[in-house]
Amino acid sequence: MLAHLPILQVIVPLLAAPTCLILRKPSLVWLFTLLASASAFVISILLLQQVMAEGTLIYELGGWSAPWGIEYRIDKLNAFLALIISGVSTVVLLAAHTSLEKEIPQDRQTLFYILYLLSLTGMLGIVTTGDAFNVFVFLEISSLSAYALIALGKDRRALWASFQYLIMGTIGATFILIGIGLMYQMTGTLNMADLASRLPEVPQSRTLFTAYAFFIVGVCLKLALFPLHLWLPNAYAYAPSIVTAFFAATSTKVAIYLLIRFTFSVFGVEFSFSVLPLETLFLALGLLGIFVASTTAIYQNNVKHVFAYSSVAQIGYMIVGFSMATSAGLTATLLHLFNHALMKSALFLALGAVVYRIGSAELNDFRGLGRQMPLTMTAIVIGGLSLIGIPLTVGFVSKWVLVVAAIENGWWPVAALILLGSLLAVVYVWRIVETAYFKTPEPGRKPVKEAPITFLAPVWILVSANIYFGIDTRLSVEVAQAAAESLFGVSP
Amino acid sequence: MFAVVMLSGIYGLLSASFFVVMDAVDVAFTEASVGAGISTLLMLTAVAMTGRTEHVTRHKPYLAFAVVFVTGCLLIYGTLDMPYFGSPDAPSHQHVAPRYINDSMQETGMPNMVTSVLASYRGFDTFGEVTVIFTAGIGVLALLSVVRGRESDAEIETLNDSMHEQYLILRIVIKMLIPFILLYAFYVQFHGDFGPGGGFQAGVIFASAIILYVMLFGLGTARRVINQSFIQILSAIGVLIYGCVGLVSILNGGSFLDYSVLSDDALAGQHLGILLIELGVGCTVASVMIIIFFKFAERNEYIQSKNGKST
Amino acid sequence: MILGLYNYWIVVVLMMIGLYIIIAHGNLIKKIVGLNIFQTSVFIFYISIGNVEGGTAPIWGEGITLYSNPLPHVLILTAIVVGIATTALGLALAVRLKEAYGSIEEDDIQAMDDQKTDNKHC
Repeated sequence: MLAHLPILQVIVPLLAAPTCLILRKPSLVWLFTLLASASAFVISILLLQQVMAEGTLIYELGGWSAPWGIEYRIDKLNAFLALIISGVSTVVLLAAHTSLEKEIPQDRQTLFYILYLLSLTGMLGIVTTGDAFNVFVFLEISSLSAYALIALGKDRRALWASFQYLIMGTIGATFILIGIGLMYQMTGTLNMADLASRLPEVPQSRTLFTAYAFFIVGVCLKLALFPLHLWLPNAYAYAPSIVTAFFAATSTKVAIYLLIRFTFSVFGVEFSFSVLPLETLFLALGLLGIFVASTTAIYQNNVKHVFAYSSVAQIGYMIVGFSMATSAGLTATLLHLFNHALMKSALFLALGAVVYRIGSAELNDFRGLGRQMPLTMTAIVIGGLSLIGIPLTVGFVSKWVLVVAAIENGWWPVAALILLGSLLAVVYVWRIVETAYFKTPEPGRKPVKEAPITFLAPVWILVSANIYFGIDTRLSVEVAQAAAESLFGVSP
Repeated sequence: MFAVVMLSGIYGLLSASFFVVMDAVDVAFTEASVGAGISTLLMLTAVAMTGRTEHVTRHKPYLAFAVVFVTGCLLIYGTLDMPYFGSPDAPSHQHVAPRYINDSMQETGMPNMVTSVLASYRGFDTFGEVTVIFTAGIGVLALLSVVRGRESDAEIETLNDSMHEQYLILRIVIKMLIPFILLYAFYVQFHGDFGPGGGFQAGVIFASAIILYVMLFGLGTARRVINQSFIQILSAIGVLIYGCVGLVSILNGGSFLDYSVLSDDALAGQHLGILLIELGVGCTVASVMIIIFFKFAERNEYIQSKNGKST
Repeated sequence: MILGLYNYWIVVVLMMIGLYIIIAHGNLIKKIVGLNIFQTSVFIFYISIGNVEGGTAPIWGEGITLYSNPLPHVLILTAIVVGIATTALGLALAVRLKEAYGSIEEDDIQAMDDQKTDNKHC
C-alpha cells in the first residue's frame, strides 16, 4: 500500500466527496469529512518522511509511463505543501460543526462539506501532480468549489465577491491554459520533468517568452499579487468563517507553489530570470504590496478585512524572497509559506469564534471582548504578534531568514524596508488589541460568553503550533531548506 | 439580451464546424452539444430570470482596451516563432503524439484514438473532469436550491398546465421524439470506441431529452416522473464508479486506473475499464445537467411565486 | 511565408474580443458570454495546434497514414467541460445576485455596497 501513497493523497478526499452526498445527515457527513481530511494528513506525513529519506517518488497513473501517461512526482517541495494543506484543513474542520450551526442553514451543510472536500482535493491535486495539464484540471476543481463556498456566506456581498472572484479566477485559469498550450506547441509534451529537459533545446524564444509570461500572469491573478489582488479582501471577508480560515492558509500558497515550480523546475532559473526582468519586477511589486496593503489594513473597520489585507501584504514578503532567486531567498519564501499558513488559520479561526458569539467582525463590536472572551482574544493577540514577527513566534523565524537572505544578497535597503513593513503590522494589530482590551463595550449590549471548547481546541492547537515552531525551528527550516536546495540542484 | 445569447449560441455552433474542418470530430460533437445547446439554454433561462434590458454605459473602456491591446500584441509576438499552421513537422506532432497514433490500437484496442487517450493514457485527467462537473452540480445545488412547500406545488401545476396546453402539436411531436433521443444517447455512449462520442456527449444528449420534456410538460409533471434525490445520488455514483475502477486496479496489483490488470487479458481489461469509466462519466454528466436545469427552473418558479405574493 | 500563421492571428483577435467584453461590459450575463468567447477561442487555438495538413480525423482506419494529433483534442474535451461548469456556476451566481440586489449591472451593485458601508460609518 505504501507504493500507492502519492495517489491516495488525492483520491481519499476526492472519493469521500460523492460519498458524503449519499450519507446526507450533516453531523455524520462532518465526521466523515474530518476522517477523510485526517487520513489525507497522515498520508502526507508518511509521504514527507519517505521523500526526505529516499528522494523523489514517482507514481505512474494508469500504468502508462510518462510522458505518455500522467505521472505523480513527489519531491520535497510537493510533500511539504501537501502537509501544510491537509494539516490546516484537518484542524480547521474540527471547529466546522459548531461554526456552521450559526452560519449555514441546515439543508446546505452537507453540500458545504462536499465542496470543502472537493476544494481540498483540488489543492492536493495541484501540488502532487507532475503533469502541466493536470494542474489546470485540478486548479478548476479547487476554484469552482471555492466560488461556491464563498457564495455560501450570509451577507449578500458574499455573492458579489464570489462573482468577482469567478471572473478573475477564470481569466487567470484561461491564461494558464494558453501558457500550457504554447509550451506544448513548442515541445510536444505536457509532463513537467520532460518539459524541463526539452525546453532549453527549443531555439525560438519568442513563443516561450509569451508562454512564460501568460503562465505567470495567470498564476499571479490566482495568488493575488499586489495589483491583481482586488478580488481577495471581499472574498475573505464575506465567506463563511471556516472557509476563510482554510483558504487564507492554503489557496494562495498553492498558487505560489505553481509559481515556484514552473519558474525553477520547468523553465529553469536562468531562463526565467533572464527573459523577464523578474527580479526587479517581483521585488517592486512585492514591496509595494507590503506597504500599500498594510496601510490599507490600518484603515479597515472590519477585522476580517484587516487580516485579509494583511494576507496580501504577507504574500508580498513571499514574493520578495522569491525575487532574490537564491537558495536562501527561496528558503525564506517556503518557510513563510508554512508559517503564514499557521498564523492566518489561527487568526481567522479565532475570528470565527468571535463571529460565532457576537455575529459580526466589525471592529466596534470588539470593545470589551478582551475581558469577555479572554482565551479567544489571547489567541488573536498571539497570532497578531506572530504576524508582526516578535521573537518566540513563527513570524519572527521567517522574517529573520528573509532579512538574512536579503543582506546576503547585498540588498540592505530591502532588509530595512521589510523591517519597516513590520511596523505597519504593529499598527493594525494594536488597533484590535486596543479596542478589545481598553474600550468598554457599548452600554446595553448583552455580555458574551467565552467561545465553546470545539472552537477553542483547534484555535489553540494552531496557536501552540505558532509558538512551537517559533522556538523549535528544526523541522520547518530543515524541510524548507532541503526543498529550496533541491530546486536549485535539479534545474540546470 | 436575447440577441446576445442567440449570437453566442451561433458562435458555439460556428466554432463546432470550425473543429470539424480541422479534423477534431469528437471536440466538434461536444462543442455543438455544449456551446450551442446546453450553455445557450442556461443563458436563456438566466436572462429570463434576470431581465432583458441592460445599461448601455461602458465603464473603463480605455483601460479595457489597453489591457486587451497589450495582451493581444504579446500573443501576436508569441506567434511569430510558431511552426506554421498545419505543418506536419511541428514539435507538437513529434514527441508524444506518434505513440498514440501508431500504438494505441495495439495497446488499448480502440480505433478511436481520442477515446483511448482520453480514457486510458490520460484517464486521470478525465477523472478530474468528471469531478469538475460534479463540483459544478453541487455548487449550483448549494446556490439555487429552495425549500418547497407542498401546497404551492399544486397551485403551480395548474398554472403550468394551462400554459402548456397551447403547445399541443409540439408536445406530441416531442413525446414521439424523446425515445429516439434517448436511444441515440445510448448509441453514442457505447459506440465511443469506434466513432466520435463517449460518455460525456451521451450524457449531454440524454440530459437534453429530459430537459425538453421538462420545458414542454412543466416542472410539476417532470417532478413526478423524475425523483430529485435519486438524480443527485446518481451523480455521486458516476464519480464513485470511476474511482472504484481505479481502486480495483490498485487491488489487482496495478497502479491507479491501470485497466490492463482488470482482466487476465490486457486488451480485454482495457476494454472493460474504458466501458466502465465511460459509463461513470455518462451517469455524472447526465444527472448533473438535469440537476442544474431543474434548479434553475425551480428558482425561476420560486421567484415568480414570491413576486406574485407581493403584488 | 509569414501567412502560414494566419489561423493563430484569427484566434488572437477572437480571444481579445472576449477579453474586452469581460472587462468593459457591466452586465453580468454579458461578462459570462465574454468569458465563453474567450475560452472557446483558446479551444480553437489548441485544435489548430493539433491540425496536420492532409491528415484525417484520428480514428484508426485501413490505409490511412496521416492523422491529426489526438492529444489536443483530448485536452480540449476536458477544457470544454470545465468551461460549461464555470458558465453554469457563473449564471447561478448572477441569478442569486439579481434576487439579492435587484440588478445585474456591475455599477448598481457596487454603488449599493458602497452606500451600505458608508451608512454604517456615519
